[in-house]
Amino acid sequence: MNVRVSRAKMGWLGLYAATYLTFIYLPVLLLPVFSFNDAIYVAFPIKGFTLKWWEEMVAHEGMLQSLRNSLKVGVAVSIISTVFGVLAAKAFTRYRMPGSRALTGFFSIPLVIPLIILGIALLTVLTTVGVSLSLYTIMLGHVVICVPFAMFIMISRLEGFDQSVEEAAQDLGETPWMTFWRVTFPLALPGIMASMLLTFTISFDEFLLAFFLAGDQLTLPIYIWGQLRFPKKLPSVLALGSAILLATTILVTVAMMFVRRKGD
Amino acid sequence: MKEQTLHAAEAGSPPGGLREGVRRAFLRHEWLRAYTLVSPTLILLIVAMAAPIGVLVGLSLWTQSGMEFDRTLTLANYETFFGKKIYPLVLWRSIQISALVAFATVLLAYPLAYFIAFHVQRHKMVWLILITLPFWTSYLLRVFAWKLILGYNGVVNSGLTTLGLIEQPLEFILYNVTAVVITLAHAWAAFAILPIYVSLEKIDRSLIDAAHDLGEGPVMTFLRVTLPLSMPGVIAATLLVFIPTVGDYVTPKLVGGTTGIMIGNLIQSAFGRGANWPMGAAIAVISMLMVTLAVCVFLGGVKGLKKLLA
Repeated sequence: MNVRVSRAKMGWLGLYAATYLTFIYLPVLLLPVFSFNDAIYVAFPIKGFTLKWWEEMVAHEGMLQSLRNSLKVGVAVSIISTVFGVLAAKAFTRYRMPGSRALTGFFSIPLVIPLIILGIALLTVLTTVGVSLSLYTIMLGHVVICVPFAMFIMISRLEGFDQSVEEAAQDLGETPWMTFWRVTFPLALPGIMASMLLTFTISFDEFLLAFFLAGDQLTLPIYIWGQLRFPKKLPSVLALGSAILLATTILVTVAMMFVRRKGD
Repeated sequence: MKEQTLHAAEAGSPPGGLREGVRRAFLRHEWLRAYTLVSPTLILLIVAMAAPIGVLVGLSLWTQSGMEFDRTLTLANYETFFGKKIYPLVLWRSIQISALVAFATVLLAYPLAYFIAFHVQRHKMVWLILITLPFWTSYLLRVFAWKLILGYNGVVNSGLTTLGLIEQPLEFILYNVTAVVITLAHAWAAFAILPIYVSLEKIDRSLIDAAHDLGEGPVMTFLRVTLPLSMPGVIAATLLVFIPTVGDYVTPKLVGGTTGIMIGNLIQSAFGRGANWPMGAAIAVISMLMVTLAVCVFLGGVKGLKKLLA
């Protein structure tokens, strides 16, 4: 009896879960569908298959330039925020420190702060100090929001492992530096990879901070935002969006594999 | 602190001792090593987050006169805020929208988190990846997808027309508050599922078995054991959705129309075309205070409810 009840419940919940996933994925899947549609309006019925929107997208110089900018910013942000995150995570997992709860709380603020507030606050300071807006100012904003992600990913990776391995290395005569390179670093590597991939993705897709902190060099999301105003460009924007979705999906899936592989 | 200075002074006496002293202090005090490791992040967040927000508060006390800032400290912007109906109205609406979004998102996410935590035996990781994946992909594009779906000539309308179910496109589905709520609830789904899942996963299964053994039915077991134990996740999820969505700019701009405008749009316009930065700063500061107040009310309510039930 009991088993049957839970089977039935699982059936309903399973159905619910499937519906929920559809709700999450369906809107996003429309982008690629209409990027191949042979019509300028995004509407049913589907007219026919075409590659011209993709060709138009690839041929656009403004798009390519902003893509290069986004890659530059993303790579720099992923390296910098991961270094910060590794150091902080190491402190939190390795040592008992006074005030660590307050610090973790402070370090989590970028996760919840409305980005528009952070954006205008940074903009105000940078203009007051006289720093001209550029890709570097976008990087600064992105590092701020990426550091907590990097830190929490690294904490979840480092929490698991046995400190005695490090101590053993030191007892066997390794210097602290060599212990780091030969013991700590290899153990932390999957977390580092995951952190770099995910922070890259966040930076690559981030719009609002970049919108406030950009100079004359645009990143890809700002470029897309500009294109949304022109109905004629819409299908090629959909092609671009589909390409971005595909790329980030691959990156994030690989990153998740690294995060979850903890037991080994 | 005192001990450490003494120690450094002591070590400072032999030649070249300062370095040695620092080294010894490091070896002796764990917290010193720990704080050295967190200091880059701490400094970054103070310089690039805390200080700028402080500066923003300062800016809100100035006024704009022509192209220049008038640097005499005044509450004029705050008076303007509460003097004009539009500002409090939009802020209040933003808070209502975000609260509704947080409520809907958490309510919809709970059964799914429950399903993954208790009913998925194998391939949990696949489910978690599936849930989190859309969260990492472009926010802008996810919001934009909804514009395509709900638009006048959009997917829903053109689909229904093609099927012959409607003659005229439905106008009430885009450019209003409902569209904003649906879009936000979709965009922030993962933020709600993960914390709830984590808190459900942590629950000791033997507690649930014990409730069953003591004769509680499944519904009562859920209400009296599972739900209370998962409350930390529910609270975290609510805050993780509520706080950032209050300041959202993209969603109301793309799908909100004039009735779906939110406080983020007013802030942006003060920093953009409107070009009255001090006013924008004041709106931002008031919004932050109100959001904090709303969060306190929420947490207080949860606490009160807990006491009432206990």
